[in-house]
Parts: sequence; structure tokens; C-alpha cells
Amino acid sequence: MTGERDSDPSAPREDPARTPRRGPSTATAVGAILRKELRVELRTLESVPAMSLFSVTTFVLFHFALNRDSVSGDLASGILWVTLLFSSVLAINRLFVADEEQGGFDGFLLAPVDRTALLIAKFLTLLGFLVVLEIVAVPAFGLLLLEPSLGRVLVRLVGILLLADVGIAAVGTLVAALAVRTRARDLLGPLLALPLLVPVVIGAARACAPLLGAGHPGSVPVRWLEILGLYDLVFGLLAYAVFDFLLED
Amino acid sequence: MYGKGLRALSITTALVMTGAFALVFFWAPEDADQGFSQKIFYVHVPMAIIALCGFVAGGVMAAMHLRTRDSRWDMRSYVAIHLSIILGVGVLLTGSIWARVSWGHWWVWNEPTLVSFLIIFLLYCTYQPLRFSIQDPERQARYASVFAIMAGAFVPLNFMAVRLAQQYTHPRVLGNIAGNLPGRMEWTFFASMLGMTLLFVTLWKYEMTSKHASSQLRRLKRLLGEGENPAGRRSAAPAAAETAAPV
Repeated sequence: MTGERDSDPSAPREDPARTPRRGPSTATAVGAILRKELRVELRTLESVPAMSLFSVTTFVLFHFALNRDSVSGDLASGILWVTLLFSSVLAINRLFVADEEQGGFDGFLLAPVDRTALLIAKFLTLLGFLVVLEIVAVPAFGLLLLEPSLGRVLVRLVGILLLADVGIAAVGTLVAALAVRTRARDLLGPLLALPLLVPVVIGAARACAPLLGAGHPGSVPVRWLEILGLYDLVFGLLAYAVFDFLLED
Repeated sequence: MYGKGLRALSITTALVMTGAFALVFFWAPEDADQGFSQKIFYVHVPMAIIALCGFVAGGVMAAMHLRTRDSRWDMRSYVAIHLSIILGVGVLLTGSIWARVSWGHWWVWNEPTLVSFLIIFLLYCTYQPLRFSIQDPERQARYASVFAIMAGAFVPLNFMAVRLAQQYTHPRVLGNIAGNLPGRMEWTFFASMLGMTLLFVTLWKYEMTSKHASSQLRRLKRLLGEGENPAGRRSAAPAAAETAAPV
């Protein structure tokens, strides 16, 4: 089949030497932006250390505020998710600040690449930050506050964490892009993000609660995983659909 | 152009609202369980439904704005959301009063509709601050539209999540608002629903007319050379297309 098409002279040819240059593909652009983001983070250490430190401090605060040495079940799940959510708000607030202040947006808009590349790259950056945050925060939580051990439920917990992270990253990227070019961006970011992320907290906290219970860990109710999956899908598509409009000047 | 038919619409709304309230107080039977306090249902539930529809409609109008780049769609979306926020305050107040009378508490967490409404209301409360903090009118309109679409899609998703969260402990039948009402109550409910819809449409038209008229006035003043400096205008409300509209 391929040979036949090649011999047909009227078939359009994808010869890179002849067609006019159209700029790099979206995947190349995503890779380049992602590398830039990670390099900036490695050199400035702006977001991830702050998020991790914030989460550990919050666990200490919960210990004193609740006056408990250890927690389990619903309470543990709630503390874990509220802490993760507030820590991720720190990263959401910082996500586009460098691009806004140092002309990253202008540079990106001048480049002949699809604008979705920025969305995907920022989404992956935020997802990466969240994963690193959880690598620090979840063991710290297990060490400081959680009563049952984490080892038995680790695989299922990682699954729920990843599913929720995708939702937080999708909504977070969109909200960050929306808030960064306003006068009150530090206020608007959390105000927009927190109500939008309520379904994620509902789904993730309810799904984690049986895993963190004292005694034998219960099974994860599938319904909450479905809610998280649906949320990821809806907001992923929505971010893809409307992100271009935030970059138009 | 928005003022056309406004008088007839206002009179119809007033008549239907009065008729609906007459039905509520004189025709609908008293609830066997809750007595007179159940009458607040005929205000609270239509108001909540209309507010949610207004939020979703605002999202659809915002999508039209992004598609057509016509700033009038942005103004329509703004007015719809603005009115829905005002109705939302009413929903939370009446819901609270009803909860106090029938359950004994001002706020109940195991009523999923009330809780999801609160979350949506909190989200939409950031709509005005978002508009206020962007100065460039074109970008303000675009960003507000993105927000309205995002929040409009969030409305049904959030309802589902909260409802399921309650179902986990309290099984309940989905969508039983009008299904299990006796005949007279059902008709009264539909009349109140119609009245509330008309009220929303009328208020929406009034605000659109007022916005349109004031932008015309500003334009005429500017033509006379005595208008205020448009750059100094600081408002969350979108400006109408001042140059495009014919006098």
C-alpha cells in the first residue's frame, strides 16, 4: 500500500526539504518548554521546596490544632487532602509568574508553535511538582500523624493520588493562567481554585478514607474513582478548549 | 433595542407573580408534615433552579462571545451571571430559613442540593473580583468568558459529586422535585416556576436596556466633547459596543 501511494505523483508529499518550514511540532515545543520549566525550578528552587515545607508544617499544625498524636480513617484522609490541596495552591500561584514578569508569554507568542503546547507543558510541570510534593508529604504524613502503616495500601494510594493530581493540575493550570494577568493574582488564584477543586477533595478524600482506616484496610469504592476520572476528563477537555483565549495579546 | 416590549413583559411578570403567590397562599394545600412553613418551597426551589440555569446560560453566552467576538454576548453573559448571584443570595437565605423551621438548624450538611449550591455560589462570588482586577476591557471580557465557561461546566459536575457524596450514607431518589407532589401543589409549583422565569427575563432585559442606554448616553456626551474620560471608568461591568451601535 505504501509503495503505491509513493508512486502516485498527485499525492501530497511530506518531504521536509521541499515543504516550507512550519516551525517545530507541538511535541517538540512541549519538550522544550518542559525542559525550561524544570531547569528554572532546579536553579531557583521556588516552588517544590516551599510546597514540601508547607505540607510538613501543616501536619505539625494539625497535630497541635486537633491535639492528637495519631489519626486514622476519615480524619486522616481529610487532613492529608486539605494539606495537599493547600500546598498545591502555592505552586498554582507561582506557575505563570515568571512568564508574566520576564516576558515568557511574549516570547512564546512570537514562536511559531501551537499555543496548546504551553498548556500541556505547564500541566506536566504542575503534575511533576505535585508528584514530588507527594513523595515528600505522604511519607511525612505516615511518619508524623498516621496511625496505620502505609506499606499495605501504597499501590492503591498512589493510584488515587495520581488520578487526583491530574485533575488538580488541569484546573490549576487553567486558573493560574486566568489569575496571573490580573491585579490581584495572589488573591484570585486560591479563590478560584479552591471551589473548583471541591469535587476532587470529595472524591479523593472519600476514596482514601477506607485505605487509611485503623485495622484491616477496606476496599476503595469505585464510585469515587469514577468521579475523579470524569472530573479529569471534563476539565482536561475544557482547559484544552479555552486555554488559547487566555493567550491572545 | 432592548427596551422593546419591556412594558408588556413587566406587566405579565407582575401578573404571573401575583397569581402564583395567590395560588401559593390560597389554593395549594398545606403540607401535612410541615404546615405553613412549606410554602417557602414555592419561592426557594424555583429561585434555585433559575439561578443555576442563569449560571449555565451565562456560560453558554460566554462561549458565544468567544466564538463571535461580539462584545454584546459578553454583556449578556455578565448580566445573567450578575442576576444569578443576586438570586443566589436569596436561595441561600430562604434555604436557611426553611432548614431552620423544618429541621431545626440554620445549616444542614446532609442536604446535597444546599451544599452544592453553596459551593457554586462561592465560586461565582469571584466573578466580579476577577472582572474588577483586569483593566483592559477587551481582555476583561475574554477572561470573564473563560471563567464563565469553566464555572458553567462545573455546575452540573459539582452537583453530581456532592449528591453522590451524600448518597453514600443516605440513599435517595434522583430528580424527585416535582414527581411526588400532589396535583394542586404541582400546579402551584409550576406557576411559581413560570413567575420566577419571567422575573429573571424581565430583570435581565431591564439591566441590558439600562446598560445600553447609559453607553449611548456616554457616546453622545463624548460627541459633544464633555464626556468623562472613558479610560478612567473603573467598573466590573462590560461596556457596550459604543462605536458600533447606531444612534
